[in-house]
Amino acid sequence: MNLRTLLLGVSSAALLCGFANAETLTIATVNNGDMVRMQGLTEAFTTKNPDIQLEWVTLEENVLRERVTTDVATKGGQYDIMTIGTYEVPIWAKQGWLVPLDNLGADYDVDDLLPAIRAGLTGDDGKLYAAPFYGESSMVMYRKDLIEKAGLTMPDAPTWEFIGEAARKMTDRAAGINGICLRGKAGWGENMAFLTATSNAFGARWFDEKWVPQFDQPEWKNTLDMYVKLMTDAGPQGASSNGFNENLALFQQGKCGMWIDATVAASFVTNPKESTVADKVGFALAPDTGLGKRGNWLWAWNLAIPAGSQKTEAAEKFIAWATSKEYAALVAEKEGWANVPPGTRKSLYENAEYQKAAPFAKMTLDSIDAADPKNPAVKPVPYVGVQFVAIPEFQGLGTTVGQLFSAALAGQMTVDDALAQAQQVTTREMTRAGYIK
Amino acid sequence: MATENTRGLARMMLAPSVGLLLIWMIVPLAMTLWFSFQNYNLLNPANVSWAGLFNYQYFYTDPAFFQSIWNTLLIVGGVLLITVIGGIGIALLLDQPMWGQGIVRIMIISPFFVMPPVAALVWKNMIMHPGYGVLADINRSLGLQPVDWFAQYPLFSIIIIVAWQWLPFATLILLTALQSLDGEQKEAAEMDGAGFVSRFIYLTVPHLSRSITVVILIQTIFLLGVYAEILVTTNGGPGYASTNLPFLIYRTALLGYDVGGASAGGIIAVILANIVAFFLMRAVGKNLDK
Amino acid sequence: MARAVSTRRTVVFTIAAWIIALIIFFPILYTIITSFKSETEAIQGFNIVPSGTVESYQAVQAQSNYFKFFLNSVILSLGSTLLALLIAVPAAWSMAFSPTAKTKDILMWMLSTKMMPAVAVLVPIYLLFRDFGLLDSRIGLTVMLTMINLPIVIWMLYTYFREIPGEILEAARMDGASLWGEIVYVLTPMAVPGIASTMLLNIILAWNEAFWTIRLTTTNAAPLTAFIASFSSPQGLFWAKLSAASTLAIAPILIMGWFSQKQLVRGLTFGAVK
Repeated sequence: MNLRTLLLGVSSAALLCGFANAETLTIATVNNGDMVRMQGLTEAFTTKNPDIQLEWVTLEENVLRERVTTDVATKGGQYDIMTIGTYEVPIWAKQGWLVPLDNLGADYDVDDLLPAIRAGLTGDDGKLYAAPFYGESSMVMYRKDLIEKAGLTMPDAPTWEFIGEAARKMTDRAAGINGICLRGKAGWGENMAFLTATSNAFGARWFDEKWVPQFDQPEWKNTLDMYVKLMTDAGPQGASSNGFNENLALFQQGKCGMWIDATVAASFVTNPKESTVADKVGFALAPDTGLGKRGNWLWAWNLAIPAGSQKTEAAEKFIAWATSKEYAALVAEKEGWANVPPGTRKSLYENAEYQKAAPFAKMTLDSIDAADPKNPAVKPVPYVGVQFVAIPEFQGLGTTVGQLFSAALAGQMTVDDALAQAQQVTTREMTRAGYIK
Repeated sequence: MATENTRGLARMMLAPSVGLLLIWMIVPLAMTLWFSFQNYNLLNPANVSWAGLFNYQYFYTDPAFFQSIWNTLLIVGGVLLITVIGGIGIALLLDQPMWGQGIVRIMIISPFFVMPPVAALVWKNMIMHPGYGVLADINRSLGLQPVDWFAQYPLFSIIIIVAWQWLPFATLILLTALQSLDGEQKEAAEMDGAGFVSRFIYLTVPHLSRSITVVILIQTIFLLGVYAEILVTTNGGPGYASTNLPFLIYRTALLGYDVGGASAGGIIAVILANIVAFFLMRAVGKNLDK
Repeated sequence: MARAVSTRRTVVFTIAAWIIALIIFFPILYTIITSFKSETEAIQGFNIVPSGTVESYQAVQAQSNYFKFFLNSVILSLGSTLLALLIAVPAAWSMAFSPTAKTKDILMWMLSTKMMPAVAVLVPIYLLFRDFGLLDSRIGLTVMLTMINLPIVIWMLYTYFREIPGEILEAARMDGASLWGEIVYVLTPMAVPGIASTMLLNIILAWNEAFWTIRLTTTNAAPLTAFIASFSSPQGLFWAKLSAASTLAIAPILIMGWFSQKQLVRGLTFGAVK
């Protein structure tokens, strides 16, 4: 702590007193890079709107989710704007906890939003309940040098068969290189995000039309069998407790031949300041098995206004600004095009400068476009969501099933046992929640 | 010697604490009991209804329930074992003359200053990770396979992390007690030619017994509620290998938002804690009177 | 001859103690070292010589106003500790010096108020705080932390007070000291070290309380635990930044511990007064 911070603290307190009649918006957000960047750029907003002050609450994803969910459900009224995921939006909108965003302004251009993203944020009444700040899908990131060494060429749209072969060929454990790094840490947003999305490519689904769990079906067995065998043959040590960040660290140190994960990872692994393999990374669509669905998920962090907020108007003004084209241009001007929040607007992907600055732009867009949250699986399903099931029970269920699957990965349980137990706990929970009559 | 007067005063001095703690205990307990008989999911507040004992039955029939109780007890027992034995050993060592005693002391006490989630993150990634952790580096430099701690020994790894956090507490309390051991008694025993071992058994241990009891009881209460470390490292997995009762409640409360079920879990946890406390008091409680 | 033996003993003890201390301290030391690395360095395997960059500290400071969180931590931990001592000292005193048949049961009961897992009562407590308008208020959180730690404070004080030899009390009474005089002139000086160490321990417990301090605060009352939570596990590399934030959060309490540890451990040596 230095004198400057002290002065800053004092002066910001003085400012607060000075603008006693100014409205203060309390914004809850995730501590990911794009949001942190937004905090640094808000001056552009506050100088234009001197009557609006911004207070930030930045938390890690899991804690943030707990905080805002508890607050919105108990009507605690602590926040004026909340950052929530695509998982929350439909559930909360249904409960009437979100204010529809009807006044985003004439130049907001709602139709510029990517259709897949927009669909997930639109309620049954056709209204937009949250505005996307950044969006992501998942894709294959691979090391061009290693795949060449293995004598293979990565197609733009690989199959799981090819990925399996490539991973095994690229593996060189003596040199510390694992063919493939995948998520393994238990959790609905950890290994289950990956496995649920992947299972779609294998024709599996969480529930049939009558909400009966499908873990006893062969499609799930195929998915999990492939995953466990592949990771045993070509995965890193400690896979069963690796999440996004652990795999990112491994990949950036050059310890993975391939990594299938969120598209935002692309900007990290290609950043020469952070990554030792920045100039050797290629991208491909998430793999399929020829059944017509790919395992690419769809996620967006969105800004929304909780019902009951007294400052709806100011909040909507801020949301319109933070998710606008104008904001994208501002980031580009201050920090370069590569740092613009991705995955929300068509115009960004049509921008030549962005395409130049972000070599992964096309693959990201293709991945997002290929995801279909309303029809995620090969067979019909009663739910919305690619790598999740948008029902309130899913966080708990997904985590329990994730625990079982991570045990299968760690070799402490057979795939059959894990699936049988997953079927049992899911049936139990769904019966209790009244889905299964 | 105590008169009616002092006894009355003593009661008056005790009253605020007892009164406040009583309120503090009863209000949340009553609310929790009430919610435990309700079907109440936070994400579906329109659907609140009387559940009777269903929440308890549902919690108790959770496939992870019995293992979670067992894991809870293992964590408490394992951490107590390490911290009490380690604490006595380190306290004895610190009681000896040495150079740089102040620095050594502060280093040994310092883990207590680290917030639990941070401690767990540091241990998981910087120390224990089989890919890029320090332990893996050491293993590799010795030509050994790195250990995949959280897959192979999930519960043990968590016990190590928690024990690391609580070792300073035990050391501090035991060291304090040790230093109050009468120097004259020690010297007398030494004069009598009592060796280190017999001095330890007949002089030190009896003297430390009350402090050890305090360490055990206070730590047990904290350890029965450990979950942040599990959340950060393994999320209860693989399987249910590192799921303890508080983690199970966490899953119910903050992932499932099932307030009724979490409340029932909370009541069950209180019952378990009471059983543990009952046995502990029978085992070591008499030391408090010394 | 005797001196030679004792020097050799000192050497052995010194070496043993330093090895153990360094092992225990290593994770923290490594965190501090990592805070002076760049993010890339931080994941590049074992290396105890950082490049000495302060970019992580700059990044941390740019994202959050450390001073505000720090101030809240100070207010909350000091406030709750003083409040707890105010309530606990008389109680521990009375139980230590006028024990009754029920004292042990009362002690155990007090500890039992901590048996309810925090996660299980989050929603009830959140509702209570909402209804009393205490969400994100320092007062509400101070009371909360006071109540959480009160049993521990009473227990520790009770243990320390029990170490005060009863004969001194008897002697003072023989001398005709009034009850007030007994407390002020005889017992208080002997109790101060125990109170001081309890205070220190409780400040640490309150400083590190990471469940309620995050769940019940938003902006005004958020202490350093919330500061830490804003640097933990974002998407992307965060080791150096989290290390810097942790170092900043631990530093004040580490420094406080450093300055008070001598008084702390030596002050507790009751052997001197016996």
